[in-house]
Amino acid sequence: MFFRFLLRRIFYVIPMLLITTLIVFSLILLIPGDPALALLGDNATAEKLAALRAQLGLDQPIIMQYWHWLTNAIQGDLGRSLFTGEYVSDAVFTRLGVTFQVVAMAMIFSFAFGLLFAITSVIKPNSWMDYIARFFGVLGTAIPNFWLAMILVVLFSVHLGWLPATGFTSISDHPVDFMKSVLLPSFCLGSFGAAQITRQLRSSLIEVLESDYIRTAYSKGLLLWQVIWKHGLRNALLPVVTTAGLLFGNMLGATVVIESVFAIPGMGQLAVHSILQRDFPMLQGVVLIMVLMILIINFITDVIYGVLDPRIEFE
Amino acid sequence: MSQADEILNVLSLRASFPTYQGKVKAVNNINFSINKGEIVALVGESGSGKSVTALSIMGLNAPTIKYEKNSLISYKGQDLLTMKKKKLKKIRGNEISMIFQDPLSSLNPLQPIGRQIAEPIQLHQGKSFFSAKERVVQLLRMVGIPAPEKRLQDYPHQLSGGMRQRVMIAMALACNPTLLIADEPTTALDVTIQAQILNVLRELQKDTGISILLITHDLGVVAEMADRVLVMYSGEIVEEGDVFTIFKSPRHPYTQGLLNSVPKLKGAGEDRLKAIPGVVPNPLNLPEGCNFYSRCSYSSEKCSAAAPPITDSAQNQRFACWHPLEKKVNQFV
Ligand SMILES: Nc1ncnc2c1ncn2[C@@H]1O[C@H](COP(=O)(O)OP(=O)(O)O)[C@@H](O)[C@H]1O
Ligand SMILES: [Mg+2]
Repeated sequence: MFFRFLLRRIFYVIPMLLITTLIVFSLILLIPGDPALALLGDNATAEKLAALRAQLGLDQPIIMQYWHWLTNAIQGDLGRSLFTGEYVSDAVFTRLGVTFQVVAMAMIFSFAFGLLFAITSVIKPNSWMDYIARFFGVLGTAIPNFWLAMILVVLFSVHLGWLPATGFTSISDHPVDFMKSVLLPSFCLGSFGAAQITRQLRSSLIEVLESDYIRTAYSKGLLLWQVIWKHGLRNALLPVVTTAGLLFGNMLGATVVIESVFAIPGMGQLAVHSILQRDFPMLQGVVLIMVLMILIINFITDVIYGVLDPRIEFE
Repeated sequence: MSQADEILNVLSLRASFPTYQGKVKAVNNINFSINKGEIVALVGESGSGKSVTALSIMGLNAPTIKYEKNSLISYKGQDLLTMKKKKLKKIRGNEISMIFQDPLSSLNPLQPIGRQIAEPIQLHQGKSFFSAKERVVQLLRMVGIPAPEKRLQDYPHQLSGGMRQRVMIAMALACNPTLLIADEPTTALDVTIQAQILNVLRELQKDTGISILLITHDLGVVAEMADRVLVMYSGEIVEEGDVFTIFKSPRHPYTQGLLNSVPKLKGAGEDRLKAIPGVVPNPLNLPEGCNFYSRCSYSSEKCSAAAPPITDSAQNQRFACWHPLEKKVNQFV
């Protein structure tokens, strides 16, 4: 049953990947600016430029270029960087590891705060905790993360000197330094998520707590916190799973900004550099992997949903 | 009945909900008691305050509810209305438990039924799920679920409506309570299933000696199940008596009206079905005198001026009416 569900999903993913990559591929080539010019400099002669374009395949129609790229990509060859000559797949996967650590921390952060705020505000409605939760719910949604990032860097790195302003240490290299380097970026990345999860979980908890089976739970002799823990939370988390999936994609996109502010060598930063340098093969690789990530997350979201809710059957 | 047999005593219970439109008077000064091993039916049209009464006993009404000062619900000599939460929690689901109208929405959709039935046992007897399992299987067998060992992992949506209500009953009986409150337990079920569920309840009552407060609007259910009947109208108990007396010789016109609106097999030709005319008074704005005044064919000026008090509870039938129907003696209908 589950295996068939998996096969079916993979089957759906393929056309989606084709369409998104084609669109992205075309858009990238429409970016004004010429990689040949960027490589050779302003003084290059017209012949040299044309020769290089032909060598890079840039003189062919977009659809041909796409076909060429696609057939190579299927074989695992995403090409090489126009500038460093690095294999795109190597560069992208190294960066992906970094970004994944940052985003995972941001996700954990979002859920930790979201759960804490939502539950406390539901346990004591209209208490000061409830007001704080609601206040952060609005604040986290409203504050732009790059602004928050700059403020936090000024406060914690420049003034207090507690945390590094830039750079990144992998968790496998040095866990403590990892925490230090990832704290501010993931906080900035996760503040929006925390606010979203707080708001949604709060309202879905309130709704769930009014249902009949919660009354049944009380009638068994459970106290409020037991009712929430044993019967309320799992039911209330169902709609949040979808939000979390969307958030993940959202955060991947936001790394473009956050990784630039904190100089973290991740996918976001790579995307920005590739755009600035017109490093098309690299940019295509980055986008492909991001799209893949989002499709995988969607799939995982559906699986989690099915695991949480026995009424859903994998078909 | 001696005092010792009384397990629950409701005394001048008045409950209301403040709303933006005003005070919704849901329960207006009711008195009744439930004895050990007795099935007491609480009947009345919808909106008459039956559920609010039941939930007052459980302490599960909406938090906006206000109980009037002298209200008292005495269980084994302790007032449930003013009891501390910690103490009340030890009674709920352990000594007094409740089943509801809609078993599907009353069960947690995300938890296997075995877990849900075991929960009160784990909670009140400090057992692990594993050691409670045996009892769960026994309970499922008691309520007539076939192959109970195989049902533990089932989710509510995988069971039929009747099976779900059996699960609810099993859950309510898990800790051998002294009182079971059943709020319209068969209303949401098919007629044939209704009969099965009532059977289960009756058999369990015989086997365990539990007391049952059975809430219903169906006099057929009352006739089949109850020892004693409380007739509720607009938040008041307008008549009370043992089931034979009430069915044979109702004294309150409202009770008579309810009885007349039940289809009978015998004599259906002469006695055509008569619905009670009019509607229940608005609980936001109850009349000065008798609440039934506007719908009653026996009413007089006296009825609109003052509410009739309920007669002495020492008799086996009591009623609140200025113009009670005549008592029928030894007459077979
Ligand atoms: N939470 C509440 N807020 C306001 N009014 C309520 C609430 N619960 C019940 N009521 C009112 O109390 C009255 C009695 O309701 P209820 O006990 O549910 O009737 P029933 O006899 O059908 O069970 C109704 O008029 C209902 O509208
Ligand atoms: Mg009701």
